[in-house]
Amino acid sequence: MAAPGMERVPVREQDPLVRAKNFDEVCLGYNAEEATEEAKRCLNCKNAQCVTGCPVHIDIPKFVKEIADGDPEAAFQTLSASSSLPAVCGRVCPQETQCEGKCIRGIKGDPISIGKLERFAADYAREKGIKPAKCETKNGKKVAVIGSGPAGLSCAGDLAKLGYDVTIFEALHAPGGVLTYGIPEFRLPKDAVVQPEIANMAHLGVKIELDVVVGKSTTIDQLMEDEGFDAVFVGSGAGLPMFMGIPGEQALGVFSANEYLTRSNLMKARLEEYDTPMPESKKAVIVGGGNVAMDAARTALRLGAETHIVYRRSEAELPARAEEVHHAKEEGIQFNLLCNPVEILMDENGWVRGITCIRMELGEPDESGRRRPVEIPGSEFEIECDTVIMSLGTSPNPLIASTTPGLDVNRKKCIVAEEATGVTSKEGVFAGGDAVTGAATVILAMEAGRNGAAGIHEYLSKK
Amino acid sequence: MFQIVEAAKVCEKTYHFKVEAPRIARSCEPGQFVVVRLDEVGERFPLTIADYDRESGTIDLVVQIVGASSARMCELKTGDALMDVIGPLGNPSDFVTEPIEEVKKVRKLFIAGGNGTAPVYPQVRWYKEHGLECDVIIGAKNKDFIFWEEKMKAVATNLYVTTDDGSYGRNGMVTKVLEDLIAEGKEYDSVVAIGPMIMMKFVCLTTKKYDIPTIVSMNPIMIDGTGMCGACRLLVGGEVKFACVDGPEFDGHLVDFDQAMKRTVQYKTQEGRALLKYQEGDTHHGGCGNCGGDE
Repeated sequence: MAAPGMERVPVREQDPLVRAKNFDEVCLGYNAEEATEEAKRCLNCKNAQCVTGCPVHIDIPKFVKEIADGDPEAAFQTLSASSSLPAVCGRVCPQETQCEGKCIRGIKGDPISIGKLERFAADYAREKGIKPAKCETKNGKKVAVIGSGPAGLSCAGDLAKLGYDVTIFEALHAPGGVLTYGIPEFRLPKDAVVQPEIANMAHLGVKIELDVVVGKSTTIDQLMEDEGFDAVFVGSGAGLPMFMGIPGEQALGVFSANEYLTRSNLMKARLEEYDTPMPESKKAVIVGGGNVAMDAARTALRLGAETHIVYRRSEAELPARAEEVHHAKEEGIQFNLLCNPVEILMDENGWVRGITCIRMELGEPDESGRRRPVEIPGSEFEIECDTVIMSLGTSPNPLIASTTPGLDVNRKKCIVAEEATGVTSKEGVFAGGDAVTGAATVILAMEAGRNGAAGIHEYLSKK
Repeated sequence: MFQIVEAAKVCEKTYHFKVEAPRIARSCEPGQFVVVRLDEVGERFPLTIADYDRESGTIDLVVQIVGASSARMCELKTGDALMDVIGPLGNPSDFVTEPIEEVKKVRKLFIAGGNGTAPVYPQVRWYKEHGLECDVIIGAKNKDFIFWEEKMKAVATNLYVTTDDGSYGRNGMVTKVLEDLIAEGKEYDSVVAIGPMIMMKFVCLTTKKYDIPTIVSMNPIMIDGTGMCGACRLLVGGEVKFACVDGPEFDGHLVDFDQAMKRTVQYKTQEGRALLKYQEGDTHHGGCGNCGGDE
């Protein structure tokens, strides 16, 4: 029996076998009683390490104390001072490697469930109709934000709180970026969580113009010269899905995870009343081990497919969050680790009928520090399947860089920007998120958005 | 919402829409396309821009009924609206950005098959506006599928109309007209062929014989159209290309048409079912192979 206060208050979840057949949220969150009890475990450290682990530097001891004191509204305002999307972050941040990873409580017992407490306060505020505090005095300066994903929303939210007149330009027909098209409903409910967080942006005075593809419908130069924007933040996100270049990859039934998830999430293809078709699979193989791979696999499972993950390294190297892997396993997804596809097999009509993989072993660490997987000769084997979903990451979208003279990109075609300020090679243009770093996480994009907002504020204050 | 200021049937199964889309009208060029979504439950599908008016802020779209979404769009009337029109997407045709002196040197032939007349038109208009000459072949199954003949005649140097069954204009496929023109002594340095995939494939096989470089415009399944989903991938010269950001126009002699045609059937049965369901509604009683109504 552990000492009192050493274990976290468990969070309620949908039963794995039930949730494997629905798209309702997996984690049910804390109620007021559970949240208060968990918050009381916080030691309220003077020199709080959790804050240093948070990319957007939320005053964690303060908001946790406010929950412990029974004042979740105050906790929400504390969160809102640093984060524009607390209900999202409480759900999708990798807390175990950030705030919770630094928690002193974690040395001898469980760290405080900071993520679940954040979610509790944000959900409480939404249910009670409590809005973030806004800036009443406008400074008359116009900023354009390109992309309404986590980087763009976070940047826009911070700038609006500073009194800027902010317009977000979104290429798709719905705002939210990856929160809308990428992360599935069962991890991040759209109507219940994402849309209200975006509505909070409107409350702060942020305008969102949909269906505008910057780089095509208009350009950064046109926004600055013709539409009078004083600065631009580029948070356009990641881009083109990568494929392996193996034989059979053009077969019918091979999808990028982006396409598969976009159909299910943005286009709601899994619902009968929507026109967009959803691939019908009996047995799906997802190639890759990141969060996106887990999302695609768990979506395919919920749509009725027997689902397999194929990943070339071992479990320890899976880039997905531990919680996602754990949930996926609980739901019955099978992990084929240390193996790599070499060919996709087709039937006579060009449809996928299987995938040939080769077994791997781990050799010396590579430049990423992870042990390099090496093929074991002669170890090929087949997995029968009718769907293959490639989740191998993305390469940057060329639309903005190619239409913005003076905006430098690096060797990997990512936009070059200073981390602390978002400053790019072009005056008045700032950038952050996946467009700069390549595919990363929601919270890192939000950090980049905040940094960009600070950089823009500094730039425009001097002007 | 994007207002439809004019809607009209132009020929069998084919409808023309003039749509208010000022940002797109201001920046689009020949060769580019838009992605359209009719309403909340609609899918996103690409349509090539068939004409545009920068002054009035409108673009023109021509839609042929092929599935449930196009059938639904074709029921829209003047005064209705499209929920989303996104664009202009894809790259403009090469000649738009090339030095005009270079473009002038190239003897150009445009070949439009079926609905391909719509995307070919703004290219030919561009030639006319820049004082350049070009020939155009319009081909269709029969006379009921010919549209915009007068409009095209007004901008083309020479226009040749043909039908597969000889019911109007010349008799035979566009490839036959191409060979006839060459036999008649016409010389071309570059061909642009736009239409059904099978037509573009055979034009390319023909121009290959004569060693005439040929550009085709690919219109595969697409979702976002901005380079995110990867649904529109094609093999061009053995490399994976995305029609939305690398195209839509490609060197036709390098495109793997057989593979591209295969990919268009990916959702055929589902689309067929959707179309039947849409057309027949509650009266649907079988024929889709899915509902059990045939048993």
